[in-house]
Amino acid sequence: MSGPTSPGNPAARSPFGGFAEIGGLLGFLAIVVMVFALSNSRFLSGPTFASIAFQLPELGLLTLAMLIPIISGGFNLAITFTANISALTLAWTMQAYGGVDAGTGAYVLGVVAALGVGAFIGWVMGVAIAYTGAHPILVSLSMMIFLRGLGEFMTRGGDVSGFPPFVSFIGHGTLGGIPMPLWILGVCVLLWHVLLTRTRLGFNVYMIGSNIEATRYSGIDTRRTLTLVYTLSGLMCGIAGVVMLSRFNSVRVGHGEAYLLITVLACFLGRVDPFGGFGRVLPVLVALVILQVMASGLNLLGANQHLATAMWGVFLILVMVIRWGLARYLPKRR
Amino acid sequence: MTDIDPQSAALRPQSTDAAAPLLIQLEGISKVFGGVKALQDVRFDIAPGEVLCLAGENGCGKSTLIKIISGVYQPEAGGTMLFDGKPMDKLTPGLARSLGIQVIWQDLALFPEMSVAENIAFEQNLGARPRLVDYGRIRQIAGRMLDRLGVAIDLEKPVRELSIAQRQMVAICRALVADARLVFMDEPTASLSKGETDALLVIVRRLASEGIAVVFVSHRLAEVLDVCSRVTVLRDGRYVGTYPTKGMTQTRLTELMTGRNFDQSVRAADRSAAPAVLSVEGLGREGDYAEIDLVVRRGEVVGLTGRLGAGRTELALSLFGMTRPDRGTIRLGGEVTDFRSNRDAIRAGIAYVSEDRLSLGLVQPQSIADNIALPVLGKLVDALGLLSKRRKAALVDDWIRQLAVKIGAPEHAVSTLSGGNQQRIVLAKWLATEPKVLILDSPTVGVDVGARAGIFEIVHRLAEAGMAILLISDEIPEVYYNSDRILHMRDGRIIADYVPGRDDIDAIEEAVHA
Amino acid sequence: MPDTTPAAGPRFALPRLGSTERALAVVIALLCLFLALTTDTFFTLVNLLDLLNISAVNVIFAVGLLVVLIAGGIDISFAVAASVVQYLTALALQQIGGGGWISGVLIAGGIGFLLGAFNAALIYHFRIISIVVTIATFNLFFGALMFFTQGVSIYNLPSWWTSRVVLFEMETASGWAELTLPVVVMLAVVFATWLLIRRLTIGRQLYAMGDNPEGARRVGINIGAMHYLAFGWLGITAGIAGLMQAHYAQEVVPNALYGRELDVLAAVVLGGARLGGGRGTILGAILGVALVTITQNGLNLLGVSPYAFKMIVGAVILIAITLSNSGVGDLVTAMKNSARRGAARKADSGVSR
Repeated sequence: MSGPTSPGNPAARSPFGGFAEIGGLLGFLAIVVMVFALSNSRFLSGPTFASIAFQLPELGLLTLAMLIPIISGGFNLAITFTANISALTLAWTMQAYGGVDAGTGAYVLGVVAALGVGAFIGWVMGVAIAYTGAHPILVSLSMMIFLRGLGEFMTRGGDVSGFPPFVSFIGHGTLGGIPMPLWILGVCVLLWHVLLTRTRLGFNVYMIGSNIEATRYSGIDTRRTLTLVYTLSGLMCGIAGVVMLSRFNSVRVGHGEAYLLITVLACFLGRVDPFGGFGRVLPVLVALVILQVMASGLNLLGANQHLATAMWGVFLILVMVIRWGLARYLPKRR
Repeated sequence: MTDIDPQSAALRPQSTDAAAPLLIQLEGISKVFGGVKALQDVRFDIAPGEVLCLAGENGCGKSTLIKIISGVYQPEAGGTMLFDGKPMDKLTPGLARSLGIQVIWQDLALFPEMSVAENIAFEQNLGARPRLVDYGRIRQIAGRMLDRLGVAIDLEKPVRELSIAQRQMVAICRALVADARLVFMDEPTASLSKGETDALLVIVRRLASEGIAVVFVSHRLAEVLDVCSRVTVLRDGRYVGTYPTKGMTQTRLTELMTGRNFDQSVRAADRSAAPAVLSVEGLGREGDYAEIDLVVRRGEVVGLTGRLGAGRTELALSLFGMTRPDRGTIRLGGEVTDFRSNRDAIRAGIAYVSEDRLSLGLVQPQSIADNIALPVLGKLVDALGLLSKRRKAALVDDWIRQLAVKIGAPEHAVSTLSGGNQQRIVLAKWLATEPKVLILDSPTVGVDVGARAGIFEIVHRLAEAGMAILLISDEIPEVYYNSDRILHMRDGRIIADYVPGRDDIDAIEEAVHA
Repeated sequence: MPDTTPAAGPRFALPRLGSTERALAVVIALLCLFLALTTDTFFTLVNLLDLLNISAVNVIFAVGLLVVLIAGGIDISFAVAASVVQYLTALALQQIGGGGWISGVLIAGGIGFLLGAFNAALIYHFRIISIVVTIATFNLFFGALMFFTQGVSIYNLPSWWTSRVVLFEMETASGWAELTLPVVVMLAVVFATWLLIRRLTIGRQLYAMGDNPEGARRVGINIGAMHYLAFGWLGITAGIAGLMQAHYAQEVVPNALYGRELDVLAAVVLGGARLGGGRGTILGAILGVALVTITQNGLNLLGVSPYAFKMIVGAVILIAITLSNSGVGDLVTAMKNSARRGAARKADSGVSR
C-alpha cells in the first residue's frame, strides 16, 4: 500500500501536526465568532460567553467519551444513556440519604457509584466487542436500547429531582471566576490528552485503530486495550452524567440525547479519522468550542431548537464532504 | 553478484514456431504511471492450447501487463496488440471479456456467501436491466462446467465452506462460463498443497487440450514445468526473454528474474559446539505439524524450508506463542517454556518477523517511529510512568542508524517506504526487544533483489553477535546461501536436513519443490 | 446452510432454513408455548391477528432495512424519513384534492425513494461511511420536520387514508378477530422484496456487492446504481410503512416514529443480517420482528410493566449479538484465561479465534 491509498489522516502525521491542524480550526472559529458578532450586537458580551462556558462542558465530556472508541476504530452510540444511568445512580444515592438533606458524604458516595456504573457499562460493551468480535455499532446500539429501557423502567419516564443545594454549585458555581463544569472539563481534557499522547494505553489505542492484528502480533494485549477503551469511555460518560445532573438539578432519561450527533460532529470536525487510528484531543476541543459558539449564537439569534438540530445534520454532512474534497483534490504531502 | 546478459548463447530466447497461428501477440508495449515506466517495450505471445509461464519478481510489471491485455489499462502509443491476427486498439474490460480474455487473480474475487452455482454462473445475473434469475439455467451451466473439469463440488454449498483448492476450481469455472480463450492464473498454486496442485495441473491440461491458452503467473518453475512449454520472463518492467522450460532450472530462472548470478559463497559452518538457545522436542499440534525436533544454537542460522502448507508458519506461530502446541516441549536456554500468548514469548526473548508485512508485520498507516516503539513501550517510560518523547526519539534514531534505513523523517507513515526499508523497520522493531531467538518468516517477500542482500547482511551480523536465527523460506537459494543448516518440512513434519555446500542446491530444489 | 430441498429443479432458489432462522423459530415456538400455557388470552384468534396487525408496519420497515444491510450499509434515518413522508404526502394529497390509495402509495413511495437516494448519493459520491451519513440525515430530517410542522399533528387526513379496511373478521368467544389492510400491504412488500433480492438479477448483484465489494466491481456490477437501489428501496418501503402507520393511527404525528429505527434495526440484526453485508434473509428479518413483538405482547399479557419491555428487548439483543459472534463457550474460555493471567501476571492463551 502506498501513501496516497492509505486511509491515514495526512495531517495527523505531519511533523507540525499540532499547530497546522489547529490553525485552520482556529481560523474557522474566528470567522464563526465574527459572523455572529456582526449579525447580533449582543453576541460579544459577557452573558454569551458565560453561557458557552457553562454549556460546553457536558457536550465536551460526552465528546471525550466518543473520541477514544472512534480512534480505536469503533463507535459508542450509548454515551448519552450511559450518562443518564450514571446520573440516576447519583440521584438515587442522594435520595437514599435524605434527598434535599443529603450530606456531602452521600454525594461523594453517589459520585463514586455513578462513575463506577458508567465504567461498568463501558466494560460490558468492551468485553463484548473485544472477546467476541461483535461489531461496536451493534453492541453499543443494543446497549443504548437496553439502558434507555432500564432508565425508563426505573423512573417510569419521569424526572428525578430534589437534591441538596450544594449540588447546584457543581453545575452553576464558579471557582476563581471560572465555572465549575469548565474546571471539570479542563481536567478531563488534560487527562485524555495525557492518556492519548503519553501513556502506553493511548499509544496502543491508535495502533489498534489502524490495524488490530498487527498490533497483537507486536505483543500488545489488544483485548485488554479494547476493553479499557470502552471502560474509560463509560467512565467519562459517568462524569458527564454527574455534571448534567448538577446543571439541570434533575435527571430524566433522554436528557442530552441530541448530543450524540454533536459529539460525532465535533470528532470529525476535529479531524478524527472515521476509520480509526488518527485523532487528537486538542483539535477536537477547538471543534467543540466552534460548535458551542454556533449553538449559543443560533440561540441568541432566536433560532428554533429543531432548526438547530437540522442544521447540525447539514453541518455534519458538509464537514464530511469537505474532508472528502480535501483528501481528493489537495495534493498529498509525501 | 554479476549481471548476466539475457542474450548470451545459453539463454537465447526462443520464439514459437513462426507458422503456428498465435492467439495473441504483443510487441513494443509500454506503460507509464506518473513518470514511472512500469513497462518498457515488452513482447508477449501465446498460441491457442498453449500453457505458458509468466515469471518475474514482485513489481516487475506482470500485473500491469495482464491489466493491459484484459483492457484495464491502455498501453502507451507505439506498440501493437494482435488478437487472432487482428489488431485491437482501445481495448476495454468489457471488450476483453467478450474476446474471451479472463483473469483469475490470486484473491479469486468470489462471493463467499453465495452458492457455488451462482458464483460460477454469476454472469447470468449481470446487466442493468432487471430480469428474473433463472436458477435452473444457473445450475445447469455450473454443473456443466464442473463436469467439464471433472470436479465434483456441491452446487448449493456457499463458497465460504469450500477449501482454497475448491474455490480455485469455482473461479476457473467462472472464467470458462465466459467462453474463455485465454486465461491468466495469478499464482494459482501459491496456497495449494502438492496433491491439490497436481489436480489443478490436470485441469489445466484439459483446458489446453480444448484449445484454451493458459498463462500461469508464477515464479516457482518446478510446479509448472510439466505443463508449460515456455516461460516468459520480465524484470523491472522490461522483457528479458522467452525460454523453453525444458532444461530450465529454478536457479537459472531466478537469475533471469533477478538479473544476478547466485554464485554466492556458502557461509555454512558447523556450530554444533555452541550452546543451544532454542530446542524443541516432539512438538505437535493437531492439523498443523507433528513430531518436530529442532535445535537452534548460539550464532546459528537454521533454514526451514518446504512448500506452502507444509506447516512452517504454523510451527513458527507456536514458537512465538500465538498458538499452543498440543504436545512436546519448547526450551529456551535450557528452560521449558509455556507461552500463553506472544507476549510471553516476546518477554522470553523470541521475535517473529511475519511473512505478511502488510497486514501483520507493521501498522502501515502509522509512523515509522511508532512502529519501532510499539513492542518496547515498557522501556520508554519516564519516572512518572509516562512515555518519554526523548527516549522514544533516541531509540528510533539509534535503530534507524544501526540498520541504515533510508527514511524521510521518523514521523512519516511506514506505508511510504519501499519494501526493503519496511523490512528493516520490522527488524528494528524486533531487535529493540533484544531477542535471543529471531524467527524470520519469508523475510524477502516483496523486497527488491538489491535490498535483499542488505537484509541478509543484517541477519549475518546478528548471527555473528550470537543471536539464534530460524530462517523460513520457500526460496531455496535464500536458505542455501544464508543458513548453516537446512531443515525440510513437508506435511507438518521435518523429513530431511541438508547442509549447504555438502548438498547440491539443485538437488534440494528438486526434493522440496518437485 | 444445510440443503433441505432435493438437488433438482427450480426449487433450488427457495430460501433454505439457516441456523439463525431455526434458532429463532425454536425460541419463538417455546415462547408461544409458554404464553399459551400461562395466559388464557395469548393463544386466541383475536390476539394472534392483532399481533399481525401491530407488527405489519415494523415488518415493512424491516425488509427494507434488510436490503440495505445485505448491500453492506446501515441506515438509522429511515423511521424519521417515514415521518417526513407522512407529512409531505398529506400535504401533497391536499394539493391534489384528496387522492386515493394509488396516488397515496405513489407519492409516499416516491418521496421515500428520494430521501433514500439522498443518503445513497452522500455515501457513494462522497465516500462517507453510512452510519455517519444517516446520523446526519436522521437529525436533518427530524429537525426540519419538527421545525416546519411546529410539532403539530395532522388529524384531517383524507377519509380513504384513515378509514379502517377490514379484510377478514370473525366473532369469537374472546371478541372480534380482524385482519386489516396493513397486513396485506405487508405481504405485498415482503413479496416484492423477496422478488428483488432472491429472484431478480439486480438483487443478486446487491448481495454480491455486500458480500465482496471488490469482486463485485471486477465482474462489472455498477456499484453506484446498487447504492441507489438499496437505499432507494429502503426509502420506498419506509414511505409505504409511514402511510400504513398513519392509516393505523388515523393521524400524522411528527414524532410518532422517532426511535422506531432502533427497534427495527435490532430485530433485523436479531434475524441474522450482518453488519458488513452479504448475509441476511427475509425469513430471518420477519422472525426477528416476530420475536420482539411476541415478547412485548407476552409481557403485556403477563402484566409486566410496559417500561420493562424495552429493557428486556435491549438485553435480549445485546446477548444475541454477542453470542452470534462466538459461542458462550469461547467467551467464557477467553474471560477465564484473562482472569488467570491477571492473577498470575501471565498472558492469556492468545489463541486466535
